[in-house]
Amino acid sequence: MIDPLIAEISSPEFVQLSLPPMVIGALAAMSCALPGNFLLLRRQSMLADAVSHVALPGIVAAFLLTGSMAGGTMMLGAGAAALVAAGMIEAVRRVGRLEPGAAMGVVFTAMFALGVLMLERTGASGVHLDVEHALYGNLESLIWFDATGWSSAADPRALAGLPAPLWRLAAALAAMAALTRLFWKELTISTFDPGHAQVIGVPVRALSLGLTGATAAAAVAAFDAVGSILVIAMFICPPAAARLCANTLSRQVWLSMLFAALSALVGYVLAGYGPLWLGARGSVSAAGMIAVVSGLILALACVAGPARRRAGGALGAEGR
Amino acid sequence: MSEFLRALTLNAGYNAALVAVGAALLGAAGGAAGTFVGLRRRALATDAAAHATLPGVAAAFMLMAWLGGDGRWLPGLLAGSALSAALGMWLADRMAARTRLPEDAAIGAILSTFYGLGVVLLTVIQGMNAGKAAGLSGFLLGQTAGMLRAEALTIAAAGALAGLIAFALRRPMTLVCFDPGHAAAMGVPVRAVDLAIMGLAVGVTVIGLKIVGLVLVVALLIVPPAAARFWTDRVEAMTALAALMGAAAGWIGAALSASAQDMPAGALIVLTAFGLFALSMLAAPRRGALAALAARRAVRRRMLLRQGLAALARGAAPGDAAQLRALRRAGMIGPDGAPTARGLAAAAEVARDMRRRSFLRGGYALDAGLTEFLTRDDGLTPLERMLAPDQLAALDAAMASGGEAP
Amino acid sequence: MSAACEAAAAAGPARLARDAAAGAAERAGTATMALAPAQGMSVRGLSVSYGRIPAIMDVDADFPLGAMTAIIGPNGAGKSTLLKAALGLVPRLTGEVRVLGRPLERARDLIAYVPQRASVDWEFPARVIDVALMGLYRRKGLWRLFDRNDRRRAMECLAMVGMESFARRQIGELSGGQQQRVFIARALAQDAQAYLLDEPFAGVDAATERAIVAVLRQLRDAGRAVVCVHHDLSTAPVYFDRALLLNRVVVAQGPTAETLTPRNLRLAYGGRLETAATP
Repeated sequence: MIDPLIAEISSPEFVQLSLPPMVIGALAAMSCALPGNFLLLRRQSMLADAVSHVALPGIVAAFLLTGSMAGGTMMLGAGAAALVAAGMIEAVRRVGRLEPGAAMGVVFTAMFALGVLMLERTGASGVHLDVEHALYGNLESLIWFDATGWSSAADPRALAGLPAPLWRLAAALAAMAALTRLFWKELTISTFDPGHAQVIGVPVRALSLGLTGATAAAAVAAFDAVGSILVIAMFICPPAAARLCANTLSRQVWLSMLFAALSALVGYVLAGYGPLWLGARGSVSAAGMIAVVSGLILALACVAGPARRRAGGALGAEGR
Repeated sequence: MSEFLRALTLNAGYNAALVAVGAALLGAAGGAAGTFVGLRRRALATDAAAHATLPGVAAAFMLMAWLGGDGRWLPGLLAGSALSAALGMWLADRMAARTRLPEDAAIGAILSTFYGLGVVLLTVIQGMNAGKAAGLSGFLLGQTAGMLRAEALTIAAAGALAGLIAFALRRPMTLVCFDPGHAAAMGVPVRAVDLAIMGLAVGVTVIGLKIVGLVLVVALLIVPPAAARFWTDRVEAMTALAALMGAAAGWIGAALSASAQDMPAGALIVLTAFGLFALSMLAAPRRGALAALAARRAVRRRMLLRQGLAALARGAAPGDAAQLRALRRAGMIGPDGAPTARGLAAAAEVARDMRRRSFLRGGYALDAGLTEFLTRDDGLTPLERMLAPDQLAALDAAMASGGEAP
Repeated sequence: MSAACEAAAAAGPARLARDAAAGAAERAGTATMALAPAQGMSVRGLSVSYGRIPAIMDVDADFPLGAMTAIIGPNGAGKSTLLKAALGLVPRLTGEVRVLGRPLERARDLIAYVPQRASVDWEFPARVIDVALMGLYRRKGLWRLFDRNDRRRAMECLAMVGMESFARRQIGELSGGQQQRVFIARALAQDAQAYLLDEPFAGVDAATERAIVAVLRQLRDAGRAVVCVHHDLSTAPVYFDRALLLNRVVVAQGPTAETLTPRNLRLAYGGRLETAATP
């Protein structure tokens, strides 16, 4: 059992074909899970859902405006759409005094519908923009052509040939980690008690805006490689599972990183090799499988997480 | 345009007419069910249900194909999607109830995990037999073009059934949403009604898949009730209005879709509903944004005027720039800052009002039995509106005889 | 750690004790002297409206230093609204707020706020010490994390409310009274001049109520302004020096005994005192 595994991992094909998607998947998962921790505690998890949905109209609009299919343009479009959506959700919530869930539902369905309509009406769908790509991503096609084996990891020329999303997501993760560390105190205080935070001069609104921006940035950076389902899953499932296993925020955040990376690695392996083990040919969607694995980790945490229950029980309910 | 009018009047072909009627019925059922779902604060749970249909659709397809039938048989796919949607909602509900996770996180987790599973199964199907799975991608975004007559009939019939159920159960559902405790005391089976509400929501979701698609079907349940909320505070009226708006969105959207090529029905239905929502949010009387803004500005202006006039009456200069602006705009002071004749009269009026109020608050209200005034007074509403003319006259008489209150 | 650092960290409670001694001496000498409004928190012409009718209208109020003031009134009288508007948490339609003569925007260091206990999610993954540390935010500024000295300071504040042995406990495991004490400790850590508390005695046990009153008196004696939204008319004269009777407009304010007269209470509660007095 062990020997074939080692043989598989040390083969050049593994380094060429499997290693890059696994690393990219893990980086994407961790970039999204990091801000996801704070969204979870602020009861804004569904913002990730809304942001992922509006990427489609953003991409279509960017294409229609510039005629360009370049990755940068698309990401700008998706990012802009995410910010527009966040602004509209806030406006609908305040002006219309709707509950946040309903406000999100109203805004993201309208924007997604607009995206679909633009796609169909302008023939942009014929070019290359297809919905499935946006939903599933293209994790499997991110191949490291220049690799000849593990030794390539020390070869600068081969490293230069790594798929571009890998660098992008590494940068995204570094940025998320830096922001989390820099604003740790502020994020914690304003998430726990926004009213108190505002009185003592924590820039509550700026932080809230910044978190929305970081959510959009992480989603957009990950979107092209792993697709929107996986983005939503990674924003929510690893932090939720970690929440059920930890009683301090720092431990929750570290655990969510672990769960995110684990989902990506296990999910990719199951998608790529699972069917073979079952005696079937081919492989299944890696993005989908990673989402499923993250859900399974959460399910496990739900039944066995050491901090799964409400701590106060009756005490906590007394104040409500 | 004429094509749109023909579709709107059901003259654009039998299939298009069936789809329009089906979409309208579905919209009505969605609006009504969505009202109850929204009042139970479960709006986004329906999004989990919608996304959770995908593995059901795929599994049903695989099962039917494995049994040797046509994998695309619509009733079978709908049954599969309903089962997995119900399972997803149940799991989300359990997760929120049993663990410390907030409900929105539970919903998001179910949504993404089930959706991921659906995508995995779809790729399995693609591997199994390329080509036959083509019909399934229509469930993502909905598809009315090229719909089979049997499918259109199924949807119209199911939409009618959902609308009928919503109509039949409107009374118990209203009671449960308004006050679950009271409803239980009156003998309404709250748990069963709750189940019916969620069942109806799942039903609308599943029927809507083929027309609107699973990404957008949640809009049928969220948008019309949100729009209706701006017009009324009564549950019955809100339900009726939401159903009406949902029906209008379904009908108009389907007609628009039938009027030209490349017009996706789902997107148009959702955008029509959003148009109704935006209109309601801006323009509805009382709760609409414009009305609320106007009311807020009016209250502020009255407050500032009162404070400024009170200062004038004391012979002091209003210190606040906002007060000065309000006074100037109302013509109470001239450009030089000196009070006009009107301003002086109004200041005297405010001074009298303040004397009356402080006399009332000084104890007269208790002595004269005007306790209603004490509980309702906000310091701004004119006394003439709070006291009857004879009460006012008695107040003035008491003030004249007793002098100033302490 | 330098000696200066440690001195700074210990400054809070030490200063409180010193100020308390000075305050007591001063009170002994000039017990009857009224404080000028500028010495403390003052509210002028404050109005707030959520809809078409004012929630509070044209409120003038003074919360002097060295006094405990209760804000009292029936349900829906705008007590919490007054507190939140004075803190800038809800938009003011008219009026201004000053703390020690400074406008609110430049008085962030001077005010501590204890919100209603039920306003936060106690499931939040934090320990008791983490919440107490939050009160030290202003002396850290952006980016810097809390260090050992901050922890020691937070522990001292927890000790003042008798919660030091719970420091590492998960906040969700605390009883209502213990949660309230942690909130008070967080406010103490701020070492402010004005302490504004929204119903600090709601749903807490008798022992906690006594402990909180003792701490608030300590603050009062150290010359701080203490303001509480308060519900219980029977304890108000015992706990508080001053009262502000509110029912959307100010009905009366001043020393407690002169303010909470039966007649004033009936005026504020619209004659339905019987139902209002029972908490």
